Amino acid sequence: MKHLVLWRILVVAAGVGLLEALCLAGVIDRITMQPPHEIARDLWRMLVSGRMNAAMRKTLGNAALAFASAALAGVAFAALLHGLRQTRATLDPLFATWYAVPVFAFYPLLISVFGLGDLPQVLIGFMLGVVAVIVNTLNGLDRVPRVLLKTARVGRLGRMRTAASITLPYAAPHILTGVKLAVAYSLIGVVGSEFIMSRGGIGYEISFAYNNFDNATMYPLIVLIIVLSTAINAFLSRWEQRLRVRRGQR
Amino acid sequence: MAAPHVALRGVRKVFAGVERSAAVDALGPLDLELARGEFFAVVGPSGCGKSTLLELIAGLASPTEGSVEFEGRPIGASVPDGVGVVFQEDASLPWLDVSANIAFGLRHAPLPAAEKDARVKRALEMMGLVDFAASYPAQLSGGMRQRVCIARTLVTEPRLILLDEPFGALDQQTRLLMGDELLRLWRATGATVFLITHALDEAAMLADRIGVMSSRPGRFLDLVATGWPHERDSRIVEQPSFGTVTARLWKTLREESRKALGTRPPVA
Repeated sequence: MKHLVLWRILVVAAGVGLLEALCLAGVIDRITMQPPHEIARDLWRMLVSGRMNAAMRKTLGNAALAFASAALAGVAFAALLHGLRQTRATLDPLFATWYAVPVFAFYPLLISVFGLGDLPQVLIGFMLGVVAVIVNTLNGLDRVPRVLLKTARVGRLGRMRTAASITLPYAAPHILTGVKLAVAYSLIGVVGSEFIMSRGGIGYEISFAYNNFDNATMYPLIVLIIVLSTAINAFLSRWEQRLRVRRGQR
Repeated sequence: MAAPHVALRGVRKVFAGVERSAAVDALGPLDLELARGEFFAVVGPSGCGKSTLLELIAGLASPTEGSVEFEGRPIGASVPDGVGVVFQEDASLPWLDVSANIAFGLRHAPLPAAEKDARVKRALEMMGLVDFAASYPAQLSGGMRQRVCIARTLVTEPRLILLDEPFGALDQQTRLLMGDELLRLWRATGATVFLITHALDEAAMLADRIGVMSSRPGRFLDLVATGWPHERDSRIVEQPSFGTVTARLWKTLREESRKALGTRPPVA
């Protein structure tokens, strides 16, 4: 396992090293990209100066809101839907094709309904994240052994208590898979919508910097998004792994 | 004469056909009375409705005809207070450690926390799980996981314990030892025990009375009183009368098992 982690780090380091070499050798020109060490330096300066704090607060706040609502609504909706066989049969194909729908295309509609504030961006993040949570939660709930449902009945647990203390905990590793995807999708949704129409946020700042050939701002912000997303994902993956190991799953 | 602890009267269970398949006449009609504190075992051919019978007594299913009563009250469509069930399948909760698994049975019980802790501790000791209190089910053997499930049932101090082939997945030696533990627990709790098993020797070793069921629809062909003393353990298998009991069970069951398998008797 440790070897795998080491190899993973080496692969990333090799990629960064290659980029550094290509940039320093002039194969990739400076108008296109700065060398990675300069990106790291600019990112550090940006973080220390606090000039992007407002943009980061807006993006991360909206992404967190989109993610939290997607996770909560997704789990609650899936738990409800799991008991409704007909409705589930109707909705399952829609979930399966959901990611074929370009959610960003709803942006004009969301603006005309909810205005120019943060809500349309949060909604896009939510719409991208929620279905991943629903699908994975349903998948987990489908796997709950019948004997555990009987155990709940013997314990005379009602529907809510059965969900809270038997079915959802059993489905937790699957729910966590959905949650992991929802983190990424929510961030993509919010940053992506800031690109299209916003007056702030990391997506807007990246777009602004791109239009002004400001690589010293654009690349550090891109790296910041990648680092944040990867760190959250790695944390959730570790958690998921711990749950699975505890249950004798690998 | 004391009122029966559990009474089944004219019980039948028919499962409705799914789509074009015919309805399945699974059980009965059958009558049965269990005395308070009795250890009753049921044996029968595969598919004769043993588990259905247990589910009817537990309140996990409703009879198509007839009535099931526990402590003089009819059992409806829910499990009555005072009934504990141990299933054949592993019903341990994989996300909880052994201690929390056992305490799960008391999670919603209106008891002080100290009383709940004391019961869990007692159950851990009784089932020999003290050293594994912090282990997760995935770290335990099948027999230990089943002991966790039994302990989870026992902490609720049920007056009626229903066991659906609880040792089915265990090897013969472990089953004998688990049988000893079950007898000890039965004596300690004074509960009425209803055990379903496919093993004739297990039924003969453990029970006061054994119901032998016919092939589907399951009915009682014979009710065998073993006559064992209240204080007993697996060494009862050494007694000559043990062979007599198992022979009687097999004699009744042999033809029924053939019917269930759809095989004909061998030509003499």
